[in-house]
Amino acid sequence: MAARGLDLEILCASLQFNGTREPVYQGLKLKLAAGEWTCLLGASGCGKSTLLRQLAGLIEPGHRDELVIAGGDEADITAQIAWMGQQDLLYPWLNVIDNVCLQQRLVQGRVDADYKARGIELLHSFGLEKNALQRPDSLSGGMRQRVALARTLLQDKPLVLMDEPFSALDAVNRHKLQNLAAEQLAGRTVLLVTHDPQEALRLGQQIVLFRESPARLEVLPGPVGEPPRPVAGLGTYQDQLLQTLGVGA
Amino acid sequence: MSGFGAGFVAGLMRAVVIIALLFGCWWLLVYLTGVPKFILPSPVLVLQRLWDLRSTLLHHTGVTFTEITLGLLLGVSMGLGFALSMVLFQPLRLWLLPLLLASQAIPVFALAPILVLWLGYGMASKVVMAALIIFFPVTMTCFDGLRHTHSGYLELARTLGASRARQLFSVRLPDALPSIASGLRMAVAVAPIGAIIGEWVGSGEGLGFYMLHANARMQVADMFAALMVLTFFSMTLYYSTDALLKRAIPWHCERT
Repeated sequence: MAARGLDLEILCASLQFNGTREPVYQGLKLKLAAGEWTCLLGASGCGKSTLLRQLAGLIEPGHRDELVIAGGDEADITAQIAWMGQQDLLYPWLNVIDNVCLQQRLVQGRVDADYKARGIELLHSFGLEKNALQRPDSLSGGMRQRVALARTLLQDKPLVLMDEPFSALDAVNRHKLQNLAAEQLAGRTVLLVTHDPQEALRLGQQIVLFRESPARLEVLPGPVGEPPRPVAGLGTYQDQLLQTLGVGA
Repeated sequence: MSGFGAGFVAGLMRAVVIIALLFGCWWLLVYLTGVPKFILPSPVLVLQRLWDLRSTLLHHTGVTFTEITLGLLLGVSMGLGFALSMVLFQPLRLWLLPLLLASQAIPVFALAPILVLWLGYGMASKVVMAALIIFFPVTMTCFDGLRHTHSGYLELARTLGASRARQLFSVRLPDALPSIASGLRMAVAVAPIGAIIGEWVGSGEGLGFYMLHANARMQVADMFAALMVLTFFSMTLYYSTDALLKRAIPWHCERT
């Protein structure tokens, strides 16, 4: 079922919220290669999550919002996006499998047997098949995030936007989820916002630093090797990246 | 014993202890002050009258129960309908909110004679009275719940391509259920007041009518018996609604 990744070139992304004097960012350019992970790294509040929300079409109307995509418009892009936020956003009134099959439920009003079978299959590969009929509040944080990842995967979209999806997890669970996400999202174009340099180095084939004042994007190549990379080999890269981030601060 | 069973027994025991204490204090007050029974009858006399009048009281309870149930159905449907309309059609909110506030600003006591004049001495005026008294709290709690949906749930629904109607009925409405439940709890506690007021103003049957009738004939023990039935009935209605809502919204657990 895996959707093929999508080449995406943002020619210009600008945003200014109403009632503010300064734009959050202006004229940002970014190229995402098909089937690769791009990690967007930056200080808290610099606007990296906002850029992701703009791509997902989540900026409320009425603000100065401009997004120019090469060879397509904003509506075309939002239809090809799967979104995974900081919180798992599992609906507490639905059980696990209904949360995984949420897209069909919300678009068609019902879930067909085939779609549900694919959801169960995904839960099985995540080791959660026994929890399919449980409510989300009975699951641990790591399990909930795996369910959210299964929901994202079942949408079968070529472009996956992830906004610090593992930031609320403990170190061990974060590591496991990074591995699982890298394995399951292989072949899709992924834009991951993170504030964790190590996470960016483990997963990113391209690392983009979101610089402030004025807001600009600085592209760095990712470390050698396919993600998820072992932490052991990242020491030097991490030192360099931290230094780069420190100089920019 | 299961957790639910143990909880039920503990609750029942607590109710028995509270009732026994109340009756004990009441009896002691009557015994110590020697107050005449046409002012404050002893609980023993009230229980005696309750037993003697059981078929009469059962008939009047049936009438009041029907009025309250129909009033609840009408009031809750109207409240939910108003709240949904205000969320679905935002410009309508500006027109409906003053109407809603006006429904609360006019005391129900003032409306009761007019409703009896318009709708007659039958059940309709009491049903409307019960519906009116719960209309405001139900509408406001539903409206509040519907417009304070977790923003993340709505954003996720938008990225999944859900239509506005689907966002309302499959995301906003379920997320608002705990608020709607608070409105319902308030409604079942208040609806009996509306029905009784309606019966006081003009009716030929019902517990309110019976209390007024007994009061006029100085049969205070009969009045207390009717009051006791009304209290028992209102409490049962509240606790059974509360238990049903807890079962229907299990993800919204109590935090103390």
